[in-house]
Amino acid sequence: MHRPLKVANACAFWGDQPEAAARLVAAEPTLDFLTLDYLAEVSLSIMAIQRAKDPTAGYARDFVDVLRSLVPFYQAGGETRIVTNAGGLAPAVCATACREILRAAKLSHLKIAVVTGDDVLSALKETSAAFANLETAAPRSSISDRLVTASAYLGAGPIADALRAGADIVITGRVADPSLTVGPCLAHFGWQTADFDRIAGATVAGHLIECGTQVCGGFSTDWLDLPLPQDIGFPIAEISVDGSCVITKPAFTGGAVTVPTVKEQLLYEIGDPGNYLSPDATVSFLTLQVEATGENRVRISGATGRAPPPSYKVSATYRDGFKAHGQLTIFGNDAVKKARHAGVALLTRLRDAGCVYRETLVECLGTGASVRGIASRVSDTHLVETVLRVSVAADTKDPVERFTKEIAPVVTAGPQGVTGYATGRPKVLPIFGYWPCLIDREQVKPVWRFIA
Amino acid sequence: MIPLRDIAFARSGDKGNSANVAVFARTPAAYVWLRENLTAARVEEYFRPLGVGVVTRYDVPNLAALNFILPHVLAGGGSRSLRIDAQGKTLGMALLEMPIEASVAALPK
Repeated sequence: MHRPLKVANACAFWGDQPEAAARLVAAEPTLDFLTLDYLAEVSLSIMAIQRAKDPTAGYARDFVDVLRSLVPFYQAGGETRIVTNAGGLAPAVCATACREILRAAKLSHLKIAVVTGDDVLSALKETSAAFANLETAAPRSSISDRLVTASAYLGAGPIADALRAGADIVITGRVADPSLTVGPCLAHFGWQTADFDRIAGATVAGHLIECGTQVCGGFSTDWLDLPLPQDIGFPIAEISVDGSCVITKPAFTGGAVTVPTVKEQLLYEIGDPGNYLSPDATVSFLTLQVEATGENRVRISGATGRAPPPSYKVSATYRDGFKAHGQLTIFGNDAVKKARHAGVALLTRLRDAGCVYRETLVECLGTGASVRGIASRVSDTHLVETVLRVSVAADTKDPVERFTKEIAPVVTAGPQGVTGYATGRPKVLPIFGYWPCLIDREQVKPVWRFIA
Repeated sequence: MIPLRDIAFARSGDKGNSANVAVFARTPAAYVWLRENLTAARVEEYFRPLGVGVVTRYDVPNLAALNFILPHVLAGGGSRSLRIDAQGKTLGMALLEMPIEASVAALPK
């Protein structure tokens, strides 16, 4: 009988708390796996820009620092293994940097493997298939010359193979987020790739922990009621051989794992709950049972799975111009009216100077601008203060650059009571279009190898 | 009228230029009310100022939940949208502000 596998998440996104991994293994030294997720929809395009400037870039460098923070744990004999998609566009470059950390720490016995094959940019550029946009149905030909990245969401198979061969650290590029958890389960329990119900259960477990603290009360509706909000715990999934799991968190951490926090995370970023598509299984959430089994312990069972879709999902990105956002605070009588007036004046001034924008936006934060036109509680005239936020987007960089230089002068040319300008000029940001599409499995060759 | 948040909690997230908002009943009686009254059409009408497309509702009775898919609601989404909320982080909270019939407050706890 297999004992449950303890898989934690120590990173929900590129920029998450850097000390989470070291704290997890300090609190729970018997964890089997740490998983760390660094890749949102357009993260790879940011890595592509970094790599264009520096050929040794192209991955989440934060992970190298996380590994460095784990050196004392491994030197003391810690055995927790790691699965992460920190490799981004360059898993081997990431692995080489990790190798150096381990060598310097006399930990060269730890084996690092990389999973590649997710990069399908050449297939998208060179084959005649349409790769239509899943959201808009537009054909890929409309953006071919502007493509920056195209990555297939690989499944758990190559991760499991690397672990079975003895890898201690598996570094991937794009894989489906739950596959970071399913891979260890396949290797530990010896499930077959057609054990769809159990794989569905592990996929649910992976989905629940992939956003880190979110399942432990972070981002929850009843957040104000949580204990110790300064120290919300990172989640641990204790996965059983039947695919059911218990979600919990380390003792003495803040937040809470409750039926409501688990339910919220179950449906986070979900489409049809009866058909959750992953490369490892098509999962139904409609058969799940969620029950509290103790303090900060919630059991999720009953997942049902079917064969995964015949295609891999691809997340491609393409260059789509530039944008910038500028903010100023306006205080005083008629604050909102003045803010709007100042925003429109600023944009008029720029257009008069010959700047062409494809889109502009003036928002007055504090008025309910996040969902303009919905759920506002007070009329604008009641507000004595607002944050003016002006945004522009253009096909070329110059008009956006010009915009960033015209924000601060509003302090002297605008109404009395403008402040909040001390943070300097806003940054010009590249816009990356998001292009989700499908690719036949035959066109993708996932592989893994050790980095010596 | 009372706000929807008195009988439900919620969670929103993005997928490209679309978002989903899951609404969870706080009591079994509240779930019966939500299934009957919080229709896709009502949610679509509520989010119309944001330019939402045709809303789909999925019922998840085992979680006492309804999952709404809100297409084209993010003015471009992720990297492209100029809005302060480009990723639909606030949509769950916004839906919980929806005014509903005050008689709902008398449902069994």
